[in-house]
Amino acid sequence: MNALLAELDTLLLYLFAVGAAGGSVLMIVLRAPMHVATALISTMVFLGGIYGLLGVHFIAAFQVLIYVGAVMVFMVYVIMLLEVRAVARSPFSRLLLPGAAIGALLMMLLALLLWHGGRSAAALPGSDQIFTVEAFARIFLSEYWLHFELTSLLLLAAAVAAIAVIKAPHPGEDHHG
Amino acid sequence: MDRLQLLLLLSFAMFTLGMVGLAIRRDLLVVLMCLELALNGVLLSLVVFAQQADIAAGAVLVFLVFVVAAAEIAIAIPIVLLMVRHKRTLDVGAFSDLRG
Repeated sequence: MNALLAELDTLLLYLFAVGAAGGSVLMIVLRAPMHVATALISTMVFLGGIYGLLGVHFIAAFQVLIYVGAVMVFMVYVIMLLEVRAVARSPFSRLLLPGAAIGALLMMLLALLLWHGGRSAAALPGSDQIFTVEAFARIFLSEYWLHFELTSLLLLAAAVAAIAVIKAPHPGEDHHG
Repeated sequence: MDRLQLLLLLSFAMFTLGMVGLAIRRDLLVVLMCLELALNGVLLSLVVFAQQADIAAGAVLVFLVFVVAAAEIAIAIPIVLLMVRHKRTLDVGAFSDLRG
């Protein structure tokens, strides 16, 4: 039974990895920003699944809550909000060929490096070795409490800065209006 | 290919595709999303290495990076809105006069 579960674990990991890679490729290929956003959301959900299989469940939850639930929803709203004409003709810049060539070269080099690096001594833990929320909360609120407080300060600063940027007057507008 | 190699390869692929998208796409919002993809690739490798070495601080770092990424988007989107309001286009080529 345990062997079957381990097999299922590996199968799911491969499935999620293929899904995430497919979503990433679609992001480069698709034209419309809304389609690209959907591909990115699917990639992030697959990544959440991978984190869950690695045993870091709270990171999987944060991935879905923060990235999909906050960042990408914000992005989708902006895509719907902006009524600007679509980028003319091709969605790709004139760097298409050199960019794709350098990307392919980089990918091949990294894959080659990984392939020849051999197997690592320490194996990756499976979903049976779970880093629990309790362990995370304990270390987070005892050892790293200052960082936790600083994040709230950072988020406040970001919110204030966002409002300041939006309210900034621009050349074509009446400053007193 | 073992699990570690698979996940590191995925992480490399996501980072590379994000960087390629950053270079070749013209839509400002798509460029931002490609940046997020590259960041997610790096985060995946961070989680994998933290899990492999069994370091709890790695998970804390991932959480902090999530918060910083959320703050980054909260600032970046209003800047994009401001730029689009000014130029009436999302084409990154239209903003080339911003250099220097």
